[in-house]
Amino acid sequence: MASHTYPKFAYRGPADLLAGAPQRRPLVVIGAGPVGLAAAIDARLQGLEVLLFDEEDSVSFGSRAVCYAKRSLEILDRLGVGDELVDKGVSWNVGRTFLREEEVYRFDLVPEPGHKRPGMINLQQYHLEESLVRRAEALGVDLRWKYRVLDVRPQADGARLTVETPDGAFDIDADWLIVADGARSNVRRQLGLDIEGHVFKDRFLIADVVMKAEFPAERWFWFDPPFHPNQSVLLHKQSDNVWRIDFQLGWDADPEEEKKPENILPRVKAMLGEGREFELEWASIYTFQCRRMTNFRHGRLLFVGDAAHQVSPFGARGANSGFQDTDDLVWKLALVMKGLAPDALLDSYDADRSYAADENIRNSTRSTDFITPKSAVSKLFRNAALELARTQPFARKLVNSGRLSVPAFLVHSALNTPDTDAFAGHMVPGAPMDDAPLRAAGQDTWLLDQLGNRFVLMVFVDGGQRQDPALLGLAQAPIPVQLLTVGPGGDVEDAQGLLARRCDAQPGTAYLIRPDQHVAARWRRVSLAGVQAALARATGHRLAPAAAAAATPALAA
Amino acid sequence: MPLQTQPNLSEPGQRYFRDFTPGDDFYEALIETHRDLSDEQSQLLNAKLILLLANQVGDIGVLKQALAIAREGI
Repeated sequence: MASHTYPKFAYRGPADLLAGAPQRRPLVVIGAGPVGLAAAIDARLQGLEVLLFDEEDSVSFGSRAVCYAKRSLEILDRLGVGDELVDKGVSWNVGRTFLREEEVYRFDLVPEPGHKRPGMINLQQYHLEESLVRRAEALGVDLRWKYRVLDVRPQADGARLTVETPDGAFDIDADWLIVADGARSNVRRQLGLDIEGHVFKDRFLIADVVMKAEFPAERWFWFDPPFHPNQSVLLHKQSDNVWRIDFQLGWDADPEEEKKPENILPRVKAMLGEGREFELEWASIYTFQCRRMTNFRHGRLLFVGDAAHQVSPFGARGANSGFQDTDDLVWKLALVMKGLAPDALLDSYDADRSYAADENIRNSTRSTDFITPKSAVSKLFRNAALELARTQPFARKLVNSGRLSVPAFLVHSALNTPDTDAFAGHMVPGAPMDDAPLRAAGQDTWLLDQLGNRFVLMVFVDGGQRQDPALLGLAQAPIPVQLLTVGPGGDVEDAQGLLARRCDAQPGTAYLIRPDQHVAARWRRVSLAGVQAALARATGHRLAPAAAAAATPALAA
Repeated sequence: MPLQTQPNLSEPGQRYFRDFTPGDDFYEALIETHRDLSDEQSQLLNAKLILLLANQVGDIGVLKQALAIAREGI
């Protein structure tokens, strides 16, 4: 491994957890991969005590998930690690698709300026995990390496875990459990929970090579290139001069043979040309499946990331959708744990993230079906679309080498307040809020840096008018709603007018935005009663009448 | 009337947040229609489909443009 030294995290014995075992903890997270770490960090930001178990004592081996999408970067900004990851990673927006040697399709993930983050960064998973571990420790996550969860026994008010360490096993109780133990989730298997979908009959070779190369930071995808006929190839630039090359091998390829360096090197040389010096850093043969659990919530157990759903890698919808899981989950869990929202709020995690998982599975399956057609006629249509794409603009839209990760618009979420006023544009209830450049106190800033972790009522103002003091008072409610005025004389100025355009806003327009930066409700004219009703809906108080009756008094004001 | 060469697919009542979605919706439906057919059956299906769509387009001038483009490079 030429470019990276793996850290070894210190093991801490379980003496403190053995005393009077089983002890009880409010929240346990299983799995310190990207998604488990994000969940633990987010929980700390919500003021929750978090115990995190991982059976290893280092970060991911190999670069693994390398593409982190704009929405993940926005979430990672909220978690406090966005800058260091973007600085370390390779930012890119443009993807090019080639048929043989000719470009047939080009996309730009951020076709319009005025967003803090690029469409994507490429970064080795181990770099991402190291940043997240540092952040988790700085925030006081109780992180335990070499703690292997052997057994989970769900109970009405939580779960009892048996955990094995180098110093022996112990039991511990958790009020709530976030299960982030990956695609082969031991917890899911041990509990015999359903996960359904299908395996794709194709094999792929990842070769990470270290080399100096002047190729631009773009995603390049080839159908049937001369250096790898009849198959596809994907090229990505990572940090530290590491390049990811992904070769389609076909189902008949022998994984044991293909992973031998003497078989990998000729493939890479054929692609790069004889003259280029490179070093093979890491290689892996993979197959994949698209599947998801029937339910992401099982009582007090909440499944996130690959443990809950898996997709094909074409589209980078794996780790990226996992971050969106925790983004959706943790603020809801915090409200429920603090007694401010009914338990039913967590059912919306299952409903909304299942919807998103279906969208991710649908898009990545479509890409995979295009890249690796399953029948002669499917291949014929694929090749016809590619041929037409040379001259016919309509056919370029059909060329599908991966529809890259974008957040789901949760338009069917039960937490949305349906529009009663007319709006143009895409910032519908359930939408992830678009970013926009702003000015605050004479400084440049970004909208999404003003949002997150709590509810915000964003009101567009035009000088003159005074805000209803009752709206300001919302910040003191049990579930606080912070007022953010946008416009002349407001908290922030929309100097370029991009935010107003993206929100189709006029003076008086208001958006209620959730702690995960999704739109909950919007109005042309805001009222205290309207905001309170929308807040009650967005926090699950309208989901199940029985639960709502018990929990509503906390909101009445 | 010139042949439409720009993306033109949509479904009434559907709202799209991504510009690739309607094309992918159609493409999936197209491939799905062929599921479990032999190559010969697929050819027959394709021929019937072309005739149906030609009748829908109606304008023989437009159809002749499409025929010419389809023939290019073969």
